[in-house]
Amino acid sequence: MTTLTVNQAPLSWWQSRVMRRFMSHRLALLGLVMISTLTLICIVGPWLLPYDSLYIDLRARFAPPMTGEHYLGTDPLGRDIAARLFMAGRISLLVGFIAMILATLVGTLVGVIAGYRGGWISAVLMRTVDGFLSYPSIFLLLALSAALKPSPMMITVIIAITGWMEVARIVEAEVRSLKEREFVLAGRMLGLSRAHIMFREILPNVTGPIIVAATLTVARAILLEAYVSFLGFGIQPPLPSWGNMLNGAQQYLATAPWLAIIPGIAITVAVSSFNFIGDGLRDALDVRNDGG
Amino acid sequence: MSANIHAVVSDDVALSVRGLTVSLPTGMERSHAVKDISFDLKRGQILCVIGESGSGKSVTANTIMGLLPKMIAVTGGSITLDGREIVGIGPEELRSLRGRVVSMIFQDPLSALNPLMTVGAQIDEAMQAHGIGTPTSRRERALELLTEVGLPEPEVMYHQYPFRLSGGQRQRVMIAMALALEPSILIADEPTTALDVTTQAQILELIRDIQRRKNMSVMFITHDFGVVAEIADSVVVMEKGHVVEQGSAQDVLKTPKHPYTKRLIAAVPHLTGKDRVPLQTISTGPVLKVENLVKTYRSGSKLFGKQRVVQAVREVSFELAPGRTLGVVGESGSGKSSLGRLLTKLMVSDGGRILFEDRDVAPLSEAEFRPTRQRIQMIFQDPFASLNPRATIGRILTVGPIAHGMAPAVAREEARAMLDLVGLDAGAIGRYPHEFSGGQRQRIGIARALMFKPKLLVADEAVSALDVSIQAQILQLLDKIQRETGVSMVFITHDLRVASQICDEIAVMQHGRIVEMGPPSQIFLNPQAAYTRELVAAIPGERPTGMAPVAVAAEP
Repeated sequence: MTTLTVNQAPLSWWQSRVMRRFMSHRLALLGLVMISTLTLICIVGPWLLPYDSLYIDLRARFAPPMTGEHYLGTDPLGRDIAARLFMAGRISLLVGFIAMILATLVGTLVGVIAGYRGGWISAVLMRTVDGFLSYPSIFLLLALSAALKPSPMMITVIIAITGWMEVARIVEAEVRSLKEREFVLAGRMLGLSRAHIMFREILPNVTGPIIVAATLTVARAILLEAYVSFLGFGIQPPLPSWGNMLNGAQQYLATAPWLAIIPGIAITVAVSSFNFIGDGLRDALDVRNDGG
Repeated sequence: MSANIHAVVSDDVALSVRGLTVSLPTGMERSHAVKDISFDLKRGQILCVIGESGSGKSVTANTIMGLLPKMIAVTGGSITLDGREIVGIGPEELRSLRGRVVSMIFQDPLSALNPLMTVGAQIDEAMQAHGIGTPTSRRERALELLTEVGLPEPEVMYHQYPFRLSGGQRQRVMIAMALALEPSILIADEPTTALDVTTQAQILELIRDIQRRKNMSVMFITHDFGVVAEIADSVVVMEKGHVVEQGSAQDVLKTPKHPYTKRLIAAVPHLTGKDRVPLQTISTGPVLKVENLVKTYRSGSKLFGKQRVVQAVREVSFELAPGRTLGVVGESGSGKSSLGRLLTKLMVSDGGRILFEDRDVAPLSEAEFRPTRQRIQMIFQDPFASLNPRATIGRILTVGPIAHGMAPAVAREEARAMLDLVGLDAGAIGRYPHEFSGGQRQRIGIARALMFKPKLLVADEAVSALDVSIQAQILQLLDKIQRETGVSMVFITHDLRVASQICDEIAVMQHGRIVEMGPPSQIFLNPQAAYTRELVAAIPGERPTGMAPVAVAAEP
């Protein structure tokens, strides 16, 4: 018997097809650069600025951007907007990320179990998903944050509760089609346990759609946090968040527009970056796009 | 090879390809899909283009139809259709030729038909697109075509949706559509590959019949030399984008010149009709004994009175001795795959007993059966779907044994030994399935099944997805493994030629029943059941020489 050898060198991950395609997606790359920059500034920014986010400088109220060392101006209490924006960014991005992780974990778990087990287990799980989806999420969000004490952690959990269903649906559909594949039968043939097949054989094949959904979930979570905080039910002052900065700005739209414009830009940049990245990942991970 | 063909485009040539080169985008495994190929399709003849997957035969057909994807470009040569050069003409001109002058039928008639349109509407659309006829005349013509391709009750068929038809009927509809505009050239791209032997024989018959009646020219793409022997007037053999040999069907089949052609022809599984020399084993009673096995599928709901009941496996009984191979053959829907799944307990049976090593495993629960699983293993059909794309070969091979308590280091050693046994480099262990070819993947699938040193291997269409030459290698490998390990095999296949190569005994299944069982010599040379006779007669290219279809005009 001749020995067949494989003479193709393995590719490292950054040379892979997915990576190359993601890198050639201009908007996604732009999104990646923007969100990295924004995150970096939010992390290191507060240390570089001369003012603390809570320091009240009554002599410099309503200072427009580029006044002295207040690079982005000050708010009605004379607090430095740059410092507040960065602190708010830390909170908003953190809320977004943690909410995404929670939502993805719950959604993936529900989706994998529902997709693989089928039958009444799937019916119960997926009807629960439908139940959550049919409830207006904004209303749920506002009701819950009004009823519970809105700490940042609580807001995060509430946002996650309203955001896991899409992941569950995507994962359920993928798993349901994958479980008919022969490699899953082969796993059963080998006597692997159900949990092993679900989470170690099937799940790695669903990572693509999960990553895409997760990216879009971050964007949605940031937007939701901003929305709730803007309405006054979210992150409570004096702790800044992009949403409650907007809330404080609405009375002064005509006289001090930068109060609204600056956090508005931050939200737009963050949300659209994540959406761009999500789009890019979707295109890069979609095998059907081959050769298009 | 192309040198001895003169570049004359005379009236008796329907399609002429000269020096055609089609480039692939950079980064593919070779720079050209086809390179400098030349051949002629003579008027009123059937030309078979044969080659293994990746030989460029489908690219050639798609180039002629102008159906190449954008990133693949014709970079040289010419194609003359009915005296008209088509390389470089505009898409509109090409569209007007398509269907009218040259028409195509595809391998998979289900995906080639629009599932949301009735058969009649699709045939009508083909004519309407070229602005032919009035609604009434088109309808008449469609009915005429449906009759012509031998579909029963054309009036009823006209209003059917594709999903209601069988594979053979769909292929007939495709042929009717292709004939709608009376093209002078028909290109058939593996039109019978997805069909059962008996259906395949009927479709080949139909194509030959229509070709003769209408004096059409047919370019028939296939990988099966049996089909070539059945219908071809002349043959073009392709390998890796080059034409390596061409000539009349008789010349190429009888006296192949190029080593590749010889290898391809040698690899074609033939009905041996000879029985296998059985392995010398200490006979200790059957390893597997199946009694009255039953599986019934129920779909729909009882509540709404629409329940459909399909008896997939009915009262099947057989015995299998250690070290022997039982072939299970039948057409799709005969219940042979269901039988395989029942034996491996991937599916629960509804009745009967499965005695494996004298123990009835049929009523066991998944957990009770798990220890026994190791001794019953399966080889799957699709080498691309049966390996987890996200796991390395090492993990694929060792995950089962480790789950059953083998130490990882020992399992890895085993895996290396097993890769060596199936003829793969032990270095494959760290690689991913996509780095391997179909045949190599099937070897990995076999290695995985052997990791437990099983007593029984169930191979479900294990070679059906492979090219003939690879098929032969895998069959040899299975034979070698059986001789070395003494494993018993249940070999499920739709291909009687393959079954005749490897089986000690063959069971013919139809509608869930075993209609005949016996050694290959009985099944192939002296079949008892009428259905077996029908199956054997349908095998392409296997008729006694006297009955072989005569080539219409064997050109010198």
